[in-house]
Amino acid sequence: MTMNAQLRWRKFVSNFMLTMTGVCALISVSVLFFILGYLVYHGGAAINWDFFTKLPAPVGENGGGMANAIVGSAKLLLLAACFGVPIGFFGAIYLAEFSSSKIAFVVRYAADLLNGVPSIVIGIFAYSLAVQPFKHFSTYAGGFALGVMMIPITLRSTEEFLLGVPRSLREGAMALGASKWKTIGTVIVPAAYRGILTAILLAFARVAGETAPLLFTALGNRFWSEGWNEPTASLPVMIYNYALSPFEDWHRQAWAAGLVLLALILIINIVARAILSRGISVPRA
Amino acid sequence: MAATSTTVPSAGPLAGSRSFFDRLRDGDEIARLITLLFAASVVLITLLIVYELWHGSVLPRHKFGFAFFRTSVWDPNFEQFGALPFIFGTLVTSAVALLIAVPLGIGAAIFLAELATARLSDALEFFIDLLAAVPSVIYGLLGIFIVVPVMRDVIQPALKNTLGFTPLFKGPAFGIGFLTAGVVLAIMVIPYIISVSREILLSVPRDQREAALALGSTRWESTWKVVVPFARTGIMGSIFLALARALGETMAVTMVIGNTPAIAASLFSPGDSIASVIANQFTEATGELYTQSLIELGLVLFLLTFILNGLARLLIVLTSQRGGAARA
Amino acid sequence: MKRIAAILLMTFGLAAFFVARAVLSINGAGASFPEPIYSKWFDEYHKKDPNVQINYQAIGSGGGIKQVTEGTVDFGASDGPMNDDQLKAFQDKHGFSVLHFPTVLGAAVPTYNIPGVTAELNFTPEALAGIFLAKITKWNDPAITAANQGVTLPGNDIVVVHRSDGSGTTYIWTDYLSKVSDEWKTKIGKNTSVNWPTGELGGNKNEGVAGLVKQTPNSIGYVELIYAIQNKMPYGRVKNSSGQFIKADLASVTEAAAGAAKNMPDDFRVSITNAPGKTAYPISSFTWLLIPSKFTDAAKRDAIKGFVKWMLADGQSHTEALAYSKLPKEVVSKELTALDKVQ
Repeated sequence: MTMNAQLRWRKFVSNFMLTMTGVCALISVSVLFFILGYLVYHGGAAINWDFFTKLPAPVGENGGGMANAIVGSAKLLLLAACFGVPIGFFGAIYLAEFSSSKIAFVVRYAADLLNGVPSIVIGIFAYSLAVQPFKHFSTYAGGFALGVMMIPITLRSTEEFLLGVPRSLREGAMALGASKWKTIGTVIVPAAYRGILTAILLAFARVAGETAPLLFTALGNRFWSEGWNEPTASLPVMIYNYALSPFEDWHRQAWAAGLVLLALILIINIVARAILSRGISVPRA
Repeated sequence: MAATSTTVPSAGPLAGSRSFFDRLRDGDEIARLITLLFAASVVLITLLIVYELWHGSVLPRHKFGFAFFRTSVWDPNFEQFGALPFIFGTLVTSAVALLIAVPLGIGAAIFLAELATARLSDALEFFIDLLAAVPSVIYGLLGIFIVVPVMRDVIQPALKNTLGFTPLFKGPAFGIGFLTAGVVLAIMVIPYIISVSREILLSVPRDQREAALALGSTRWESTWKVVVPFARTGIMGSIFLALARALGETMAVTMVIGNTPAIAASLFSPGDSIASVIANQFTEATGELYTQSLIELGLVLFLLTFILNGLARLLIVLTSQRGGAARA
Repeated sequence: MKRIAAILLMTFGLAAFFVARAVLSINGAGASFPEPIYSKWFDEYHKKDPNVQINYQAIGSGGGIKQVTEGTVDFGASDGPMNDDQLKAFQDKHGFSVLHFPTVLGAAVPTYNIPGVTAELNFTPEALAGIFLAKITKWNDPAITAANQGVTLPGNDIVVVHRSDGSGTTYIWTDYLSKVSDEWKTKIGKNTSVNWPTGELGGNKNEGVAGLVKQTPNSIGYVELIYAIQNKMPYGRVKNSSGQFIKADLASVTEAAAGAAKNMPDDFRVSITNAPGKTAYPISSFTWLLIPSKFTDAAKRDAIKGFVKWMLADGQSHTEALAYSKLPKEVVSKELTALDKVQ
């Protein structure tokens, strides 16, 4: 009899605990929907044509928009990609195709280390390297900071996908007489291109929302940023400044900017994963 | 053309007989050198960061030495700088974050790995990954306008009424402070705990579970007493990863922590963290000692995350090796 | 692949188009105290002369001093004049000096949020010093209630909000407290960033402090006048050196500057806190633009000088709408002469 009672208790505990884990999962996932919900609710009403086309109004006046911040973020991301993607991409080719295991270990370790550096420290680094010596806050400096953050993600993911290309492809190419770099350019990279594209998109999404490094590099701008050597407004920094202010109108605009930023990031993430799940263009051996 | 332009591959019995310039004409050597350059620049950048942090903090390191970590005075006027309040704030908020995120995260990971069907598990993981992609400043935005009022008007008074006798929940409830920052951080690090723990749990060999079940354990018992302990080191690794992330978080923390260098027992108290004080004061630190003290704080943060990340990776690698070996 | 390349090229082309516009961009950074009037001015000046774009970022007076010394911005702005060490640091770094140009007069007011209290409170210097020194901890402390007969103040703890960043408003506030309280002077001192004894809430820039006070019951903070007005927050009267409780407004701030206007030093660095005068508001201050005395870029120099001239004339007509007091006439004429020093 006690055996049965014990068994029933254990079964009860089992069911209870497993239900609790389900609750944990539910809570964790629902946070995402809460965030989206609040942003849509508060920011949706604030998104209007003005938001996308006008410059910020003077302090305390209602109205204005974030046109310069949107363009500024786009310019920063473009620069970041120009700097970070080639380093990550070609560095990954070196690791996958040319390097010895010792050098590969050192480079991978450095990349992982770089990945773990807090973004505020990257900001300090970019300030000392790209702002102080040139005596100028600039879009270049901001792009540099973001680019540095893109490197590790691009490098590691690209390397993984390059290594995932089956040996049969490489050996086939070499058997046909292609030199190594030709093999890489015409066979291996195209075979892995889906994964590489995903890696770049994910790196983009990661740095699109970064604020801390931009505080010391791109600073901010109430007007259009001319060229690449001037400070520039960016969405994340605008959100930060407006959220901390006491002006209701600025709060409204911060929600709108948050919605736009998050929508952009989520779309990039979803697209990246969709590309990947379509399957690598060559079946794995 | 391809047949005639091919020459003997670089590595091989005849490799030594070709000069550098012959190999150069191949294109392979150029490709190798160019890509080596890019790979080397990764190492170079990383070294540069460490150098800039070290070199940029020389004044306070010589002036204060190790006392920097014991002093709690942060006085730009009289040029006395001590890191203790910020180290305290960073550790306290991270501890609160982990206390909340670890049970939730491991619970969710268990559900995803053990209970959910493959389709449900993948679908939920998809959403968890999206949660990890939300930028810090948006968490900060939600923190200020949603979490802070809720904390101030609902949760903190409730805690005060029930647990107010403990030193942890004393004092006025502002809504902003250590507790709120910890809660926001918890939401930010849960995805990392879930995705890594889920992977680790999934990699535990089936025979472990099946053996436990065959011996008459309930589902929960086999999970909690066999699978999870097996994956213990990997799960520890995921916790260290989450901790490293929490330590370095800047924007969300600075928007809700209160920005005042205070060391207090109460979680309701406002405080400051290393990342937050750097973000607030770096562009305005007048005077070399002030600026360099902030850089030294950056160095401390860098070292902390470096150690934690290293430990995390070590633990995760150890677990997967163990899982692989047991499978054999 | 080709399509991607084409898109990239077009983007670069568009980007280059941005470079090709011939607008002169000038960057300044510094105090948030005058940010409302500065942003209005630079907006108006851009409308008047679309070829000149003056981008001002309010990062705090400390930031203005630091970045103009570093040379990363073309001019700075601060409500706390640079001290001799900072002037020397600039001189050593650049080989020429940096000049102060007052722009407006403003006031730092004690703004508060006490549930159930809508009246205007009177603050004595002792009360203010005591609150910010954390000696006076409750709203119904006799030091506060004595000056506010007829108002029921609750026995709640006072939440003190200060600036967490390097701030000229902090400089003005601590300058005043140092003058009225010996204990403050020796223990804390005056600076853009100090070691606050209370260790209570810190807000980033004037906006941050206003935001915190607005949202936190039983709090008190110090902000520039316009921030309290724009956010419809109550702010108190302060007892001046003649014993009168004065509310900050255009007249009382102008009165505070009257004495200094007649005896303005050549470098314009002067403190007008606790100024004499029956109706003077005691926590008033000039705020300055920090302009280097030499420019390598002639176009920038001329644009900045053109702006300062405009600011001293037409610009002054915008100040009162935003609750900043105009500069006294003597100061204006002295500044126009001093402008020639900018080469």
